Amino acid sequence: MEKRVVFRSAWLPYALVAPQIAITLVFFFWPAVQAVWYSFQLQDAFGLKTQFVGLQNFAALFKDDNYLESFKTTALFSLLVAFSGLAISLLLATMADRVLRGALAYKTLLIWPYAVAPAVAGVLWAFLFAPSIGIVTYVLKGWGVDWNWIIKGDQAMLLVVIASVWKQISYNFLFFLAGLQSIPKSLIEAAAIDGAGPLRRFWTIVFPLLSPTTFFLLVVNIVYAFFDTFGVIDATTQGGPAQSTNILVYKVYHDGIKAADLGGSSAQSVILMFIVIVLTVVQFRFIERRVQY
Amino acid sequence: MRIKLLAAALASAGLFSGPAQAQVEIQWWHSMGGALGEWVNGLATKFNASQKDYKVMATFKGSYPESMTAAIAAFRAGSAPHLLQVFEVGTATMMAAKGAIVPVAKVMADAKEPFDPKAYLPTVAGYYTDQKGNMLSFPFNSSTVMFYVNKDAFKKAGLDPNKAPRTWKEVAVAADKLKAAGQECVYTTSWPSWKHIENFSAWHNLPIGTKENGFGGFDTQFSINSPAHVKHISMLGDMAKKGQFTYAGRTNQGDAKFSSGECAMFTGSTGAQAGIRKAAKFEWSINFIPYHDDIVGAPQNSIIGGASLWVMAGKKPDEYKGVARFFAFLSQADVQMESHISTGYVPITQAAYEMTKKSGFYDKDPGAELAVKQLTNKAPTANSKGLRFGNFVQGRTVIEEELESVFSGKKDAKTALDDAVRRGNEILRQFEAANK
Repeated sequence: MEKRVVFRSAWLPYALVAPQIAITLVFFFWPAVQAVWYSFQLQDAFGLKTQFVGLQNFAALFKDDNYLESFKTTALFSLLVAFSGLAISLLLATMADRVLRGALAYKTLLIWPYAVAPAVAGVLWAFLFAPSIGIVTYVLKGWGVDWNWIIKGDQAMLLVVIASVWKQISYNFLFFLAGLQSIPKSLIEAAAIDGAGPLRRFWTIVFPLLSPTTFFLLVVNIVYAFFDTFGVIDATTQGGPAQSTNILVYKVYHDGIKAADLGGSSAQSVILMFIVIVLTVVQFRFIERRVQY
Repeated sequence: MRIKLLAAALASAGLFSGPAQAQVEIQWWHSMGGALGEWVNGLATKFNASQKDYKVMATFKGSYPESMTAAIAAFRAGSAPHLLQVFEVGTATMMAAKGAIVPVAKVMADAKEPFDPKAYLPTVAGYYTDQKGNMLSFPFNSSTVMFYVNKDAFKKAGLDPNKAPRTWKEVAVAADKLKAAGQECVYTTSWPSWKHIENFSAWHNLPIGTKENGFGGFDTQFSINSPAHVKHISMLGDMAKKGQFTYAGRTNQGDAKFSSGECAMFTGSTGAQAGIRKAAKFEWSINFIPYHDDIVGAPQNSIIGGASLWVMAGKKPDEYKGVARFFAFLSQADVQMESHISTGYVPITQAAYEMTKKSGFYDKDPGAELAVKQLTNKAPTANSKGLRFGNFVQGRTVIEEELESVFSGKKDAKTALDDAVRRGNEILRQFEAANK
């Protein structure tokens, strides 16, 4: 069912995509090439002395246990963010899809958090969960939970996951809602007539038909967790306590921007770039096959 | 019309000195927000009003690491400011960037402005002076770490509120009593690495690293896993386990825990006083930081935190003259004294200290003088004049991560400090290689 539009003109299609390609080249490819180039260099902070060191930056990284540990942290973090983000927004979208009255108000409120910058989202949740003054902390204390993410690694992880997921739910929600609305009502009604309950209808009809959306969101969410969440982390835990929330991209930011170690930081971002390329290829080659379009 | 033309002709010929001549602008990037930002702007305004040739433009560029990053990026793009305020941990990085900075001593000598590094407190000047005795950056705002006690909480626990613990043994005794009296947070700290590693070492005359804490060369190594260090950090770990030490975070989060009355004892910057004075609804005192009386030679002297002003390279000679003039202005004892009183930073010249003493300020506010006394407790040794480690922004993060793993009970003090030394040394080697 592929749609194809054929341009008669030889140059028009290229002219139409040219702006997009130019932007991609300038803002994505050029920096990426520069990062690769820097990753082979050792520079002082001011760029006064530059040495070509080959793969030394990479070797140093892979010798570092803490860097390897950071891979595990990132994997855990991304899985938590992607899965809970998708699950919660799918639930919300199915609910919102069934709402008859005031649907617009619900939808607007659910989309709202997307307009919030990651750093602000982080600060917001950090306030709610602040060890001595947070409202949530106060409630948890009443239940006998000792909440202090400043020193407890798993709680710190939970906090950054909550903040990151909360911010991303709106985006997922929008796509799921659009996906749900494009499912033909007749299919669901037919199933209902055949005696299928709501749960069964969801798993056998809605969920498979949503799979292209889910797949797309899975890719987007994993990329989000990998790259866009350093604002949340910088505003809350800054990678701590110990290194329990030090995900790869935050270390790139810390080493490159805060500590002015361009070579090491570039090497890390090259590795990160490689991981995301591999992940995307894997997702498209293997998971996409199971997706029904 | 004719007069205007004439004036323009004269001005362009460079003969006309006075308001018509364009002032030489000096860009100054700093990291002082809020009330401290007003102080910095006040200094610039006062200097600009005091003469007509130069105009200092102070710009707030975010936190210390942020303004340093901004300046590095600007330098790479060829548009660095003339003056940059850099925090103490960035000192080695700036110092190694020989082509990017101009030593203060040279700026002053070239402009023939009188400048005497000996006028500064030795612990302050030493931090920013090279091995040959040349002052490289201009000491601006200096603080040190102090020990704060909530007197009301002490009274409630049956302790003498006017006798703050002097040693860690006395802290332990007080901590037991406070805990027994139901004090939820007994002790907390701000800036854990600065207080419990850097200042701990200086205060006990122990090296933080080889080669005189890095002053003697880039081939330095950390030595913070000595038995004394391990003993101190493991004591803190035990206190944390017993609920007598509440970890607050890597920067100044401890300040609020003390000023809100949550914690009874607290180590934090002299700069925390202003906030405590405003917020605290209880009687409190400021004291020397505790020491271990079984370590010979303790207490030595504490070291500074804060920042200095660096002169960036590649500017016009005229502009450097203005920078020198501005430094001369900042060095005046009355300017220094005013800064000391209004900010809570320590007076950084001897003259300003004497002047403040004479003014009777310390009679009203004895706490303000304690910081100077602690910094000058003894003549600084190779271990206590400061530290100079490359990439110490990363180094400090490593130390803080390892300390957190002790406070959360994940590692014992020995393992954590060994790891800190190993990881820290890798960073130092990296810096050494980049600055060969």
